[in-house]
Amino acid sequence: MRTLTDLSRPPAGPETTDRHTAPAEPRQAPTHDSATLHVTGRARYLDDQPAPVDALHVAVGLSPTARGRLTQLNLDAVRRAPGVVDVITVVDIPGKTDVGPVFPGDPLLADAEVRYVGQPLFAVAATDFKAARRAVALAEVEIDAQPAQLDAVAAAEAEEWVRPPHVQQSGNWQQALAGAAHVLEAEQFVGGQEHFYLEGQACLALPNEDDGVIVHTSSQHPSEVQKLIAEVLGVAFHAVTVEVRRMGGGFGGKETQAAPWACLAALLARRTGRAVRMRLPRGDDMRATGKRHPFHNRYRLGFDAQGVLTGGDITVIGDCGHSPDLSEAIVDRAMFHADNAYSLGDARVTGIPARTHNPSNTAFRGFGGPQGMMIVERAMDDIARHLGEDPLTIRKRNLYRPGRDVTHYGQHVEQTALLHEIVSRLETDSDYWARRDAIRTYNASSPVLKKGLALTPVKFGISFTAKHLNQAGALLHIYTDGSVMINHGGTEMGQGLHTKVGQVVARELGLDNSAVRISATRTDKVPNTSPTAASSGADLNGMAARNAAMQVRERLFDFAAEHYQFDREAIRLENGDLVVGHGENEHRIAWGELIQAAYLGRVSLSATGFYATPLIHYDRTTGQGRPFYYYAHGAAVSEVIVDTLSGEYRVTRVDILHDVGDSLNPAIDTGQVEGGFIQGMGWLTSEELKWDATGRLLSDGPATYKIPTIGDTPPDFCVSLLEGHPNSQASLYRSKAVGEPPFMLAISVWSALRDALSSLADYRVRPALDTPATPERVLFAAQDLRRVPETKTPAETPR
Amino acid sequence: MVISACAVRASDHNDNPMDTPMIEFYLNGEAQRCASLAPETSILELLRNELQRTGTKEGCASGDCGACTVAIGEPGRGGRLDYHSTNACITPAHQLQGRHLVTVEGLARGDALHPVQAAMVECHASQCGFCTPGIVMSLFTLHERQRQSPVALDDACLEATLGGNLCRCTGYRPIQKAARHMADQPDVRPPWAEDPRLDDNVAALGDTLEATGYAIPNTLETLHALRRQYPTARLVAGATDLWLEATQRLEAFETLIDVSRVTELQAIDETPDGWWIGASVTYARLEPLLDAHYPAFARLLRRLGSAQIRNRGTLGGNIANASPIGDTPPILLALDAHLALEGPNGARTLPLDAFFLDYKRTALEPGEFIRAIFLPRPEHDQHLEVWKLSKRREDDISAVLGAFAWREENGCLHDVHLAFGGMDATPRRAQATEAALEGHPPDMATFDAARQALARDFQPLDDVRGSAAYRRLAAANLLERLRLTIDHDATQEVCLDAYAH
Ligand SMILES: Cc1cc2nc3c(=O)[nH]c(=O)nc-3n(C[C@H](O)[C@H](O)[C@H](O)COP(=O)(O)OP(=O)(O)OC[C@H]3O[C@@H](n4cnc5c(N)ncnc54)[C@H](O)[C@@H]3O)c2cc1C
Ligand code: FES
Ligand code: FES
Repeated sequence: MRTLTDLSRPPAGPETTDRHTAPAEPRQAPTHDSATLHVTGRARYLDDQPAPVDALHVAVGLSPTARGRLTQLNLDAVRRAPGVVDVITVVDIPGKTDVGPVFPGDPLLADAEVRYVGQPLFAVAATDFKAARRAVALAEVEIDAQPAQLDAVAAAEAEEWVRPPHVQQSGNWQQALAGAAHVLEAEQFVGGQEHFYLEGQACLALPNEDDGVIVHTSSQHPSEVQKLIAEVLGVAFHAVTVEVRRMGGGFGGKETQAAPWACLAALLARRTGRAVRMRLPRGDDMRATGKRHPFHNRYRLGFDAQGVLTGGDITVIGDCGHSPDLSEAIVDRAMFHADNAYSLGDARVTGIPARTHNPSNTAFRGFGGPQGMMIVERAMDDIARHLGEDPLTIRKRNLYRPGRDVTHYGQHVEQTALLHEIVSRLETDSDYWARRDAIRTYNASSPVLKKGLALTPVKFGISFTAKHLNQAGALLHIYTDGSVMINHGGTEMGQGLHTKVGQVVARELGLDNSAVRISATRTDKVPNTSPTAASSGADLNGMAARNAAMQVRERLFDFAAEHYQFDREAIRLENGDLVVGHGENEHRIAWGELIQAAYLGRVSLSATGFYATPLIHYDRTTGQGRPFYYYAHGAAVSEVIVDTLSGEYRVTRVDILHDVGDSLNPAIDTGQVEGGFIQGMGWLTSEELKWDATGRLLSDGPATYKIPTIGDTPPDFCVSLLEGHPNSQASLYRSKAVGEPPFMLAISVWSALRDALSSLADYRVRPALDTPATPERVLFAAQDLRRVPETKTPAETPR
Repeated sequence: MVISACAVRASDHNDNPMDTPMIEFYLNGEAQRCASLAPETSILELLRNELQRTGTKEGCASGDCGACTVAIGEPGRGGRLDYHSTNACITPAHQLQGRHLVTVEGLARGDALHPVQAAMVECHASQCGFCTPGIVMSLFTLHERQRQSPVALDDACLEATLGGNLCRCTGYRPIQKAARHMADQPDVRPPWAEDPRLDDNVAALGDTLEATGYAIPNTLETLHALRRQYPTARLVAGATDLWLEATQRLEAFETLIDVSRVTELQAIDETPDGWWIGASVTYARLEPLLDAHYPAFARLLRRLGSAQIRNRGTLGGNIANASPIGDTPPILLALDAHLALEGPNGARTLPLDAFFLDYKRTALEPGEFIRAIFLPRPEHDQHLEVWKLSKRREDDISAVLGAFAWREENGCLHDVHLAFGGMDATPRRAQATEAALEGHPPDMATFDAARQALARDFQPLDDVRGSAAYRRLAAANLLERLRLTIDHDATQEVCLDAYAH
């Protein structure tokens, strides 16, 4: 027999609650559910978790060579080193040795063949972290080096692919080119990007009493980590439990690439029977894991006298590194976004996933979308220069509009009016044309410093393009004090997903946010989950949680109708009460009381929720379909000032208008827009991955790889969320996904830099500016323009 | 090797001294004693591995990200503790001797958040939260300073405070807002701030230490004695360079002699001709002097490293390091600085340009060290410009740094001193270029000749920070910038204001 708790205590829990609703902020914008833990240092990340005192620490030995045959791996000295307890190579893996997430190709530890600098060759478990790392240095590694392929374009030409190329086509593109009044073509290199999540890859594996493990990991995809560990160990999935409390940043870098480390730790934990901690030192992390794909893009596009595209041909070549990983879907997404917000007309878009001897490039916010958009944004600027028009005029003429509203892959663009409204509102609010005039005047009289201005839009497709991933589960419990626990398949990496999902449940149950708690994401609570990726975390998991909450709510309504003899149709939950009637006739039952009564009435207070996104489909054989449930939109205006003698520049003002449908949490959404923009700006400006001729990464730490700092945030930075435009699809409360789309708003910075540069040749030249547009690249671009004779416009296809 | 366990006891500092010398310090108001730490132990390793204080994070272990930022309270004037920020990952644990270490765990009073923390929550300034402890600690030092003497929290001030704290999630806008709103929060003081004896207790622990493998002398005499006793020991000052050998190359130091507290090396002595600046004077301490006399040099300091680095890094360390991309050597070369060296064979002075022999090789004899740097007083009509080019404006190492000193007399350039970093294996003067300018009017023809001379002066290398071609072009363009700067008829700006600091 059990007694029920005394409800005179509020059910929200003790004062240590994580929630803090700042008085100054609007009520609908609760702060991050871990904010107080973050600022007090109490939020636990992976390496902060207490572990048994005899826990071992792991370090991995990485290949110094990009390509070759491993002829000798002598680890005797490693085994003898102080503190070393276990050393493993590929032969020690009992189950599967390949941890490729979708397609095979990622050996957990190298076999005979070495395929990139930084590839794990062996792993060492020792009594402390430094001992393990020092032992690694004692290995004798001999590799018979072979010439490495480090050039993605050459690889594409040699048909060295990780997956076959893919083509999307609409109409007769050859004819469109042949009949066009003007044709331009250009090539654009778009650099990669290191995730630089502040918390590096890390995990903690605890052997359990039978044949399994419990693994804490910093991963966006616990279900996949579970699957791969089970396969590596050769045990059933139910022997492996994976838990993710929070990540210190993910950005895609922990979607597939957190798994290998968890597999190694799990294996070492099983072998030694001890807890095993693992984390990659920053340098190893940067060398061993994949990054945003660098892309080599080409366009050849025809347009009319107004600059409106009639059609053409676009090719995007992604540098995938040595294995498929997620590259097929990433190159696909680059293709899906090669139009950005513009109708391409009759066009062919080809994507080539090139294989190189680099780490396997992987998911990163935008997932190929940003790289794809760059090529059409380049074309927009180029057309404007060619015709002597303002780039904004050309962009506006090309935006999807009724009659030109079907993409090259056959999806109908629904919210064309919204796209136009965003652009024209931002054009007005940012005072674009007055500033354009002022800048022209300034540039005419300033010999060294030049200003640039650009407005670029974003249209980003929401949904996983792998249809089966568009599903989510949730598990909701209500305890007899009225407190609510929700678990779902999504992981928290700073994006505020748990806060949003908690809000959804609170809203469905008419409770205060503090009455709902989310703990860690665990594979034994919600199984077979999808990665938290593709901006879909809240869309999918929020819907699943809502579904669970609605089930319990219906049960409570049924119960209340009978138990209290209420009119079933008039019952509602609000402000912590079950309510029927209005005014004089209103009856209220306090939530806790209701729950206790329902418990005594033997009502199930637990539910699993589920959601699968409707409507979507895509046929890879025809390259046609509706891969996206909806599009998220936005636009940005950036202004820059460039020192054309040194290549130094500043982003001086940025105005953003972004579409999140009906926002679930304006504070969190604004944070995603601002953070995404700055991260995108880093990608296009200062974040330069540099490799030497042998395939070794030179920029392998924050001393040489420069992400934006506080001084790079524009002094004038104004972000607005578009209001009054609910999602046209029945998404979660008509909200829209916000994780990735704002990243691409930063293309306006790059375009503004090109604008400033082109002033050096009276806006008649189309400057080449590969990315990242470091001061070095900007200086060389300026130098080239200064050399341009007055009338020549280079690289133009004569007609 | 394995770090032996730290014998840590929270006890009053003056009871029962043990045989092994201990590092004695305060952590968030509580006395701590630690013995048997390997010399290369960092504050971060001490906190996380030995003391189980995991609030302070490791993001890079190289001083670049700021996730590990802590505050160190140092007995200052008037017996009060002055707090500055530092990167725990590259600060030697032994440097805690006689200091008060404040970490993110030490700010809140129970559930009442410190104003910095409350502002961060209110402004939604954390997303993943991993950078947050470091940001809170940098803001804490700012908040402490604001309590003493408030200044306007403009962009420049926030950059100076937070330029060394990377955040990958927020884009910094909410963090800026939080900084500006910390004054609006209830004035919750950390629990230890109410201990009236804390400052005295910390001071009473004493400045010096002679632990196994790590010695901190505070006089020149003991420094000499220690050098005789441990002839192979390496010197450490701010450790902002040396510690990378420990964290990146896993070096185990046998013995370290810490010069950062030697009184004579900390002095700034003014003479009629200039200033003798002790080798252990930090960048932060140098700033007021340079502000007053060499504003262009002072502006460069603001772009050298981050607050955390400037609080610890020393002028002597920057010179002894002899890196081709160290920021102060080219400026000091252009200003004709010289060095006072001391060693087993006595003392000598040496012009700075005789000090750098080759890549990371100096004229220091075995056992010799830099005692002080002489900075000549500027001539009344002397001009100085210092321009640093780097991929990122804040907290980045130079690709090229040019320092230009000259006078103008009767329309001609005189006493032209040009020195560059990043253009050769050592920082050095551009002799041919200087000759092309010396005695000539600053016109196009003169500068054309100078540009050509510069190409003869340097054959720079390609590296991760820039290609040889870029360095050559950029350095030559700095000459053009110089010409435009001198050109009295030019009315337009020729350099971005933000890059001037
Ligand atoms: C994140 C980061 C950013 C940085 N940014 C910059 C930058 O922008 N510009 C720049 O120039 N540098 C930069 N540095 C490098 C470094 O901060 C400087 O070189 C600093 O001046 C070194 O001083 P220190 O006191 O910390 O030297 P330490 O690290 O203590 O010592 C450096 C070397 O000098 C020797 N040494 C120290 N004092 C003496 C002495 N009195 N006599 C003889 N030898 C001595 C030591 O034995 C050691 O070999 C940066 C470093 C980091 C980690
Ligand atoms: S951990 Fe990055 S600065 Fe210390
Ligand atoms: S909040 Fe994630 S790094 Fe700053």
